[in-house]
Amino acid sequence: MLDVDGVSVDVVKDGSAKRVLEGVTLSVAPGKVHALMGPNGSGKSTLLYAVAGHPDYRIAGGRISMDGEELLGLAPEERALKGLLLGFQNPVEVPGVRLSALVLVSHNKRVGAGRALLEARDPKFLARMREVAASLGLSSDFLNRDVNVGFSGGERKRAELLQAMLLGPRYVLLDEPDSGLDVDGVRIVAQSVKDMASAGAGVLLVTHYSRILRYVVPDEVTLLVDGRIAGRGGPELAESVEREGYASLRGRS
Amino acid sequence: MSREEISGVLGYRTPEELLGPEGTYSRGMALRGRIERGMVEEISRMKREPDWMLRLRLRALDEFERIPYPRWVTGVDGLNLEEISTYVSPDAQRAGSWNDLPGDIREYYEKLGIPELEARFLSGLTAVFDSETVYSRMKEYLESLGVILLPMEEAVQRYPDLVREHFSRVFPPSDHKFAALHTALWSGGAFVYVPKGVRVPQPIEAYFIIGGSLEGQFEHTLIVADEGSEMSFIEGCSAPMLKKYSFHDGMVEIHALKGSKVKFITVQNWSRNVINFNNKRAIAEEDATVEWVEGSIGSRITYTYPSTILRGRGSRTSNVVVGVANGPYMKDTGSKVVHAAPDTRSSIVSKSISNGGGVNVYRGLVRILKGATNSVSHVECSSLIMDEGSKAHTYPHVQLEEPTASASHEATTSRLTEDQLFYLRSRGLKEGEAKSLIVLGFLQGIMQDLPIEYVSVLTKVIQVEFSEVGGLG
Repeated sequence: MLDVDGVSVDVVKDGSAKRVLEGVTLSVAPGKVHALMGPNGSGKSTLLYAVAGHPDYRIAGGRISMDGEELLGLAPEERALKGLLLGFQNPVEVPGVRLSALVLVSHNKRVGAGRALLEARDPKFLARMREVAASLGLSSDFLNRDVNVGFSGGERKRAELLQAMLLGPRYVLLDEPDSGLDVDGVRIVAQSVKDMASAGAGVLLVTHYSRILRYVVPDEVTLLVDGRIAGRGGPELAESVEREGYASLRGRS
Repeated sequence: MSREEISGVLGYRTPEELLGPEGTYSRGMALRGRIERGMVEEISRMKREPDWMLRLRLRALDEFERIPYPRWVTGVDGLNLEEISTYVSPDAQRAGSWNDLPGDIREYYEKLGIPELEARFLSGLTAVFDSETVYSRMKEYLESLGVILLPMEEAVQRYPDLVREHFSRVFPPSDHKFAALHTALWSGGAFVYVPKGVRVPQPIEAYFIIGGSLEGQFEHTLIVADEGSEMSFIEGCSAPMLKKYSFHDGMVEIHALKGSKVKFITVQNWSRNVINFNNKRAIAEEDATVEWVEGSIGSRITYTYPSTILRGRGSRTSNVVVGVANGPYMKDTGSKVVHAAPDTRSSIVSKSISNGGGVNVYRGLVRILKGATNSVSHVECSSLIMDEGSKAHTYPHVQLEEPTASASHEATTSRLTEDQLFYLRSRGLKEGEAKSLIVLGFLQGIMQDLPIEYVSVLTKVIQVEFSEVGGLG
């Protein structure tokens, strides 16, 4: 279980800290999909960054644990190696580093290749990389491109999913993997989410719109408004958000 | 030698770490004090030089005294030429077999895996320790082809006409103060001659070690590639962790005759207390090709600008310059090309990486003389800055005097951002691993210019530089 327990977060920007989340509690169970919904600016991405350990997102209160193990105080890479993976909403470009090289090095870290991070090339893993890329509609040429450099919005989303699927995390945090995609794109993303969950991963799926939830039915839905939990429920909660919008929820907490 | 074996030899430590703290070893004699006529004469006498070489040294000494300190030289305030030993001889007879070297000297090269590298990969090797060549050997079949690889002093004795024809003709001592100082005090180094039409299949290497603090090393490499010949030369250097600084002021002269091809690769990995000046120049005659690959990784401060004079029609040069300033160090590097004949081509690619407060400077000069018709030059400078407080400066100069020629220049600076670092860390990479990955990616394009054995070595060096233990000390 990934447990976020009463967490408050200050975001540091240009030297000053601002409280963005206040007492947020939620949990993600292995093999389940937990949808986190909320209007823009409600703090959804902040929660993911804080869980992943971004140094500018300071935990001002509460605790975060993964299968009983405290995450606070661990570096982002330590959290990642313990089985956490963050799929970014707008992943940054990394010129010079090929997507295949990044995936390979990240994989080698996880299988304990020691310092031969760049040299170890398990042919089975490379074959699987091509296979998963194909399932996401990405060619093997795409794998040789520099990470996110010149990728379209949709390609970025798929490259994030590719990493999530290949690195076998216990818990996946996906930050709006569906935004900016056409219907086919959303279907592919939804299928990947279902595949990861049925393989046993707990998925925290952040989304602004409920569109993707037509294709992947969440086990739990949590609403986040103005940095606080504004509601909890099942798939029906997502439907009511779609009907009524977020406006009616403001101030309810 | 396979890539794995070389990594096995080098392991994951810097040469400085492999060599450890500066230790004691048996020394012969040392010269120190004011740099004047008596000192130069003493060096020449010890080497039993012909008169012309002594006169050349003394002319260079005059130039040294005449020429003012270059104004653009910064960061060498600590350098006091009168407190360093300008000549230090190890107590070792020159050997043609590693077993004949005293154990305490041999150990330095063994720690760096040089004998293994030689056995499996090189056509020949010259090893310089302090001011003298302690080892020199070439594969026998090359001798039968007429290839010469000799310690510079021995070449002066045995091939005086050949040496005299080229020595200090490519890089005259009058060019600047440190070139003059070098020519006055030169000691150690290699002479290479490749006869007409001979292709040397594997590289010849020279490896320089400075054993102690407050030493000056002024080794001289002269390469003459006769018509239609082909060879590549690798230069490596390192030193143990020095208590005080030492000073290196070496020179490389290359004369590439008609239709020849010379590739010169430097992997500079001095320890952190070495002040490093380099004087590297080539002359390319008709249809000759000169390629420089200059990798500056170690040292406290480095000044190096491999240069080519394209003197013959259709000659070409490709200069690749890589500077890594990791920590409170500076690399002042660049390249110079003079197009002095029609249909000449030059390409300069500079890549610098600044991290942990490091500073890189690129100085370039491309000059296309009137009459160098249809010549083409392209310069590409990319700087990668890894953090706040690290810097890169670019000073490219182009002097285009020939209307039918063209010269282009591109410069880019990229910075490693916090977002990039967090992105890679969120994938499970430590900061150092993330930086290595980015640096290797940045250097990818130039790796193809290196022999495969050295790609692996360079990959290790970069990983060591940016790992948590290495570099920043």
